Amino acid sequence: MSNILAQLEARRAQARAGGGEARIAAQHAKGKLTAHERVELLLDEGSFEEFDMFVTHRATDFGMEKQKPAGDGVVTGWGTINGRMVYVFSQDFTVFGGSLSETHAQKICKIMDMALQNGAPVIGLNDSGGARIQEGVASLAGYAEVFQRNIMASGVVPQISVIMGPCAGGAVYSPAMTDFIFMVQDSSYMFVTGPDVVKTVTNEVVTAEELGGASTHTKKSSVADGAFRDDVEALAEIRRLFDFLPLNNRDKAPTRPFFDDPVRVEDSLDTLIPANPNQPYDMKELILKVADEGDFYEIQKDFAANIVTGFIRLEGTTVGVVANQPMVLAGVLDIDSSRKAARFVRFCDAFEIPILTFVDVPGFLPGTAQEYGGVIKHGAKLLFAYGEATVPKVTVITRKAYGGAYDVMASKHLRGDFNYAWPTAQIAVMGAKGATEILYRSELGDPEKIKARAAEYEANFANPFRAAERGFIDEVIMPHSTRRRVCRSFASLRTKRLTNPWKKHDNIPL
Amino acid sequence: MFKKILIANRGEIACRVIKTARKMGIATVAVYSDADAGALHVRMADEAVHIGPSPANQSYIVIDRIMDAIYASGAEAVHPGYGFLSENPKFAAALDKAGIAFIGPPKRAIEAMGDKITSKKIAQEAGVSTVPGYMGLIADADEAVKIAGQVGYPVMIKASAGGGGKGMRIAWTDHEAREGFQSSKNEAANSFGDDRIFIEKFVTQPRHIEIQVLCDSHGNGVYLNERECSIQRRNQKVIEEAPSPFLDDETRRAMGEQSLALAHAVGYASAGTVEFIVDGDRNFYFLEMNTRLQVEHPVTELITGIDLVEQMIRIAAGEPLAITQADVGINGWAIESRLYAEDPYRGFLPSIGRLTRYRPPEEVTETTRAVRNDTGVFEGGEISMFYDPMIAKLCTWAPTRSEAIEEMRTALEAFEVEGIGHNIPFLAAVMDHPKFVSGDMTTAFIAEEYPEGFDGVTLDRYDLRRVAAATTAMNRVAEIRRTRISGRMGNHERRVGNHWVAQLQGEMFAVRIDADPEGSTVTFDDGAVMRVESDWTPGQPLARLSVNGDPLILKVGKHTHGFRVRSRGADLSVTIRTPRQQELAARMPEKTPADTSKLLLCPMPGLIVKVDVEEGDEVHEGQALCTVEAMKMENILRAEKKGVVARINAAPGDSLKVDDVIMEFE
Repeated sequence: MSNILAQLEARRAQARAGGGEARIAAQHAKGKLTAHERVELLLDEGSFEEFDMFVTHRATDFGMEKQKPAGDGVVTGWGTINGRMVYVFSQDFTVFGGSLSETHAQKICKIMDMALQNGAPVIGLNDSGGARIQEGVASLAGYAEVFQRNIMASGVVPQISVIMGPCAGGAVYSPAMTDFIFMVQDSSYMFVTGPDVVKTVTNEVVTAEELGGASTHTKKSSVADGAFRDDVEALAEIRRLFDFLPLNNRDKAPTRPFFDDPVRVEDSLDTLIPANPNQPYDMKELILKVADEGDFYEIQKDFAANIVTGFIRLEGTTVGVVANQPMVLAGVLDIDSSRKAARFVRFCDAFEIPILTFVDVPGFLPGTAQEYGGVIKHGAKLLFAYGEATVPKVTVITRKAYGGAYDVMASKHLRGDFNYAWPTAQIAVMGAKGATEILYRSELGDPEKIKARAAEYEANFANPFRAAERGFIDEVIMPHSTRRRVCRSFASLRTKRLTNPWKKHDNIPL
Repeated sequence: MFKKILIANRGEIACRVIKTARKMGIATVAVYSDADAGALHVRMADEAVHIGPSPANQSYIVIDRIMDAIYASGAEAVHPGYGFLSENPKFAAALDKAGIAFIGPPKRAIEAMGDKITSKKIAQEAGVSTVPGYMGLIADADEAVKIAGQVGYPVMIKASAGGGGKGMRIAWTDHEAREGFQSSKNEAANSFGDDRIFIEKFVTQPRHIEIQVLCDSHGNGVYLNERECSIQRRNQKVIEEAPSPFLDDETRRAMGEQSLALAHAVGYASAGTVEFIVDGDRNFYFLEMNTRLQVEHPVTELITGIDLVEQMIRIAAGEPLAITQADVGINGWAIESRLYAEDPYRGFLPSIGRLTRYRPPEEVTETTRAVRNDTGVFEGGEISMFYDPMIAKLCTWAPTRSEAIEEMRTALEAFEVEGIGHNIPFLAAVMDHPKFVSGDMTTAFIAEEYPEGFDGVTLDRYDLRRVAAATTAMNRVAEIRRTRISGRMGNHERRVGNHWVAQLQGEMFAVRIDADPEGSTVTFDDGAVMRVESDWTPGQPLARLSVNGDPLILKVGKHTHGFRVRSRGADLSVTIRTPRQQELAARMPEKTPADTSKLLLCPMPGLIVKVDVEEGDEVHEGQALCTVEAMKMENILRAEKKGVVARINAAPGDSLKVDDVIMEFE
């Protein structure tokens, strides 16, 4: 009997050893942790329950029948992060380079099915050379099975991908359909076709890092939402992010004990807006001063920095923040920033996370580059996302809210629940200079007259009161009381119920 | 007594004068430039008058603008503060002519003492001990080099109209004399509109000790003892104290009496300061007389109980001094630390911008301790590029020097400033420096003790352990809070362990934490035990703890695995992990930051005034590469090592940001 029990231990030990000592050493030498070590760091100590550790592949071509390591290159199971359930898969690069076989895919599908059934998020730790070529179309089928589950899970449970090694070819499309992608600097890359193929087809010479490293995807392509220094930091930060997210789309945003006064007054916000309307200021200061304990988890920090997106907590509960950033391109809306914010707003709406919007936007960026790039449809994404969102929406206009961008940024007209403005707000069709040049075209020859007209326009329209007179602004508030106002607003919206008309799905301008 | 006075100044000194005026029932008028429209002195004054654009030479030092403000407000007297017009005889004359009282000395006293060469002559005649030097004016750099050689190196090259370290250079070689002459002259021209320069012997092992005098217009005068201001950086005072730990009664009396003799010789009537250099044998030499209120006057007020601003106002109103020399004592010890918007980690270069957080320690006046903070800024205010980068003057008082230093340590620990670079870590480091603590310092203290600049303090092992114990206990509190999140699996919660590993300042400490309702007992793996008690909660930026019964104050920031902690001049990244996390983290590769050694980066926001080299030039270590002007100061950037200039990316007139690449080397 004891012999049989011991046998289990031996088999387990063998499965945990993955691709063997030499390959594990090679993995470590690259500055990477093993699949099991990563799971260990991601989850609460001792909480991991592994599935399918004895699964092996069934391929027989190319001599594959001779090597059948237990687990088949992926570690799957579930555990907890700060006591909350999560499903995890972690690809094992030491076993066939983490390549995806039919059975490897089946293991991933199994935990995804469980996650969907039980309403818990899925976190995928990707470290794979790609399809297992020896298995041919069976491997491709495996990918598609995973893709289909990513699609079904989208909007039902949060899905997070962490790229911790290679992720190339068809493999990229699974992370691509999850809610967030994070990468590890210097040791991860993602691309549809690698540098060799690029060279063959287009003669372009490019390194893997340039083509699909963390820097490329966080700064240029916006495929990734963030990048971390190494495996250890990445996994700790994923735990931090996880604490902001609800478990599924029927769950409320999580809440935890907080040590910050909801009515805290920040006098310094009264001087945040510079006297000169063209001078920038850092919108992040406002976010940090409104947030509980100054804690802000930024998403896509390095991409389209003219809009800021991320999570904070108010009274312990997660709130998504979208804010124009006057420090970058004057906070203008353009293709990139619209896409970035639209995706974030839709994530929040899908998972019942209330949205706080800070507005200082001079309008949409003009120019051929923008028009040729389709700013009309990309801008519409953000408009659409805000308009369809049924979660609590609180908006604070700090300075400029000009033109169509005013409408877009969670305005009253897009079912904003609380629309506040600071006394420094200027809610108008456009700035005084532009408006007077159109309205008083006949006087353009006389700079004195135009100057007087502009001053007149400024006095009459560059303020929040025209909008407040019409009820588009619910209240003009003092900057120093922003936290209190916003906290109370969201508190009053905890019972909000709003549903959109039944439809199969909407047709957002993709 | 006056009913209304105007303060022809800004910042902390304007606020300081307003406070006393208010106490005396006098209405106050502030003046302000564009940049100061929302400044604290404007908020504090009863009324405020706009006097022009931001640059001081278009506002605060334009006599006509101030006169207009006086007429507009109906002020009867003007307090000039320090700097700006405070020692400008033309201003005193203009006021005189208009029948407005100047809260300062008579014009002829300003004139006599305002010129360093004349003042030295008068001092000699009045029997005041003076430094050897060349009293004439110097025409050009060649002559400067010749005279410097005659006086004998080291020499001090000074702007005749200078003060506060501006237009002042020390030269040890002909080359430095030439360079110093030129930059002093430029700075003097820019700052004072007067580029006359003189040269004198530079006294070695000098201490800067000055005597505060107070004279009325009836021929009465007292000296309020001394202040020691030896802790200076590039002739800019940083830390001052009263009394001096160096003077004996006899020297003090001699210096005081000579100072009064000088004051009387020029018909002085107001508060004034006679500055001396004192060498290791307590020989003292007259340096200059400042015919105004000094920046560091609060330390004198703290040990004498005399409000100098009140005395100045009374004297200006014609009242006779109510104090006699016998009334003046030395009660306890006072220290002043000047908080500058200067980044100590970047060679103390000016840092400008918004004060996103500004929380000074609480001001107290008790029988055994006092904390006073003279400031002109507030949270959300702006440190402007146009003026002096001083944020505040933090003063502490206690019966003894060592107690006053201890008060200062605590006060600095609790002083929160964010948004700009500032010198609090450096001030904290000096408060713990054995030479400062023993009172054994010279004006070369900073240059000698921090020759490579300031990199932050390295904590000793015991203090490191205190921080390790405190932060691991704090981290445990933060981790437990994380486990209280909603939506967790019942009966399967995460249990926070007792064993943790803290890594800080390159050292690792494995600890066990046993928590109880009163605090935590932290046991190190070598058996040492520390008891940590605190009411800190996650997110609080200032943690007040007790470790083994001794207080510990930490400025706390967050990072992925622990905290950024600032304490006693140290800036530490504290990583706290479970033993297993630590084991795995040890496998992670070291990531080195990008190599910038072949680049000359702009160390501060500023304007390129001059580029001294060309592409292809070979430069040697210490050679001047270019000059960046910021905060009215010309900063010469020098080559850190030998090299060849490959590319120059900036030209004179360019306005650069921090870390912009000025030039690249091969």
